[in-house]
Amino acid sequence: MENQKFIQTKKLSTLIYGMIGVGILSLAVSFLIGIGGERIAANLLLNTYYFLALGLIGLFLVAVHTIAESGWHTSIQRIGEAMSAFIPVAGILMLLLFVFGGLHLLYEWTHEDHLDEILLKKVAYLNAPFFYVRFAAYFTVWIVLAYFIRKYSLLLDQSGDLKYYRKFRIFSAVFVVVLAITSSTSAWDWLMSIDAHWFSTLYGWYVFSSMLASGTAVLIILLIALKRMGYMGHVNKEHIHDLGKYLFGFSIFWAYLWFSQYMLIWYANIPEETVYFYERHKHFSTIFYVNLILNFATPFFALMTRNSKRGALILLPVSVIVFVGHWIDLYQLIMPGVVGGEQSGIGIPEVGITIGYTGLFLFFVFRSLSKAPLIPKNHPFYKESLEYHTQY
Amino acid sequence: MNRYITAYYLDEENLLKGLGQLKAKGLKIRDVLTPFPVHGVDKVLNMRRSRLTRVAFLAGAVGALLGFGFQAWIFTIDYPLNIGGKPFFSVPSFMPVTFELTVLFSAFAMVIAFFMSNQLGPGAKALIHDERATDDRFLVVVEVDDSRAEENIREIELALAEAGAEGITIKA
Repeated sequence: MENQKFIQTKKLSTLIYGMIGVGILSLAVSFLIGIGGERIAANLLLNTYYFLALGLIGLFLVAVHTIAESGWHTSIQRIGEAMSAFIPVAGILMLLLFVFGGLHLLYEWTHEDHLDEILLKKVAYLNAPFFYVRFAAYFTVWIVLAYFIRKYSLLLDQSGDLKYYRKFRIFSAVFVVVLAITSSTSAWDWLMSIDAHWFSTLYGWYVFSSMLASGTAVLIILLIALKRMGYMGHVNKEHIHDLGKYLFGFSIFWAYLWFSQYMLIWYANIPEETVYFYERHKHFSTIFYVNLILNFATPFFALMTRNSKRGALILLPVSVIVFVGHWIDLYQLIMPGVVGGEQSGIGIPEVGITIGYTGLFLFFVFRSLSKAPLIPKNHPFYKESLEYHTQY
Repeated sequence: MNRYITAYYLDEENLLKGLGQLKAKGLKIRDVLTPFPVHGVDKVLNMRRSRLTRVAFLAGAVGALLGFGFQAWIFTIDYPLNIGGKPFFSVPSFMPVTFELTVLFSAFAMVIAFFMSNQLGPGAKALIHDERATDDRFLVVVEVDDSRAEENIREIELALAEAGAEGITIKA
């Protein structure tokens, strides 16, 4: 089979530009109809973080499979690489959000005249200058590593020289370590500090597990979309089965961390900690339970059988549900602290801005896919990934 | 008293090819014994999916209901205790035990069902067709139709020979 490059069709471009247009329009309308600045800022943070995390997870899956010398993953490697193309975009959007008023609207520890005893104790970490320094550090390190991983992946494909494979692996290993640390610290900075009077040591990993599940779901959605457009014919049921197993496992892992965090706080019943769930139970209780139904109950029961994971029939709807579900998960991480129960909801800002960001994400994903052959022919595990069979 | 004819192959490729031919001739293949797992045997033999998975699910569901229900009964009706001010019917505290019993019931049921369906429970007699089955021989065990034994045995031996098997022996 000849090595295909992805070709963007007019239909796809129209769809993507349409989605971005809906996003910009929704943003404008939200301002015009008087939606509070906090809620708009919270939506912008939510979506920027969500799609940034998808990009990081895409790259993470490539990196982890590379250092594990996984044979089968080579055939879908390009999708993970393409997802990571959004990382610099997210950086710019996030910087604009913070600089143009977002920092003050989102984080109460920036209200310097209202710092109480607890916030004063955390001021060595939670202050604007240090915040920006860390922000710059995260994105520098992520963008540089993403750049080199992609660069060596492409050089390896063009030349077949194995020295690029070695460099590809080294940068992948560094990225995995870096992400392990920065995914937690960035979650503290951007998400946990919204509820700055509270803290949870499980938080960083909880957010990471949420992103891992939705990142896998998005990878599956993109793969099936590409197959339906006529590409990725070399990807067979075995590859899809493996991705389905990942989605099943990561969703259970997320639920495990969700429960660990919740149960410990519930059981100890310490007011400093329970205040977090009090607001969520009081004003966001529907979302609180919907979160569990979409992200745990659905993948757990729907993906239990073997055959459900081997084709798009069940896997695609479940992936879409998980994609939406973890957006809602992130919603209930951000909204209660920024906006509170009375003024929040799922309306034009939530739906419209999310559509816009999805379009923007897809724009960069498909752009990246069209820049390189979809099958890394010169990857050492290329042949192995094509002949992927499992016993059972 | 069931009689079997066993034959062996020396490698898995010929085994798979031979099995295809034997299956096409309609032979009743009782067992295939290989020293390591061979991809494709269950497909060639058209074996039905294992029912062990259904056992696992049902047993797990039973375990979950029993675990949760038992705790609910104990802590609300039978012996309610005020533990740190938590409500008597406290779902979060019931979850760890419920999860553990789900896994326990599922695992135990699978193990017992496995040994029962293989007739390998306590007191099972070892059915050793050929000691080299775990060494370097790929065995095929064919059932003999006792109602027309002589004719059938000759048919089977012929089919096995055509399918490339060696060491054809009749076992009582």
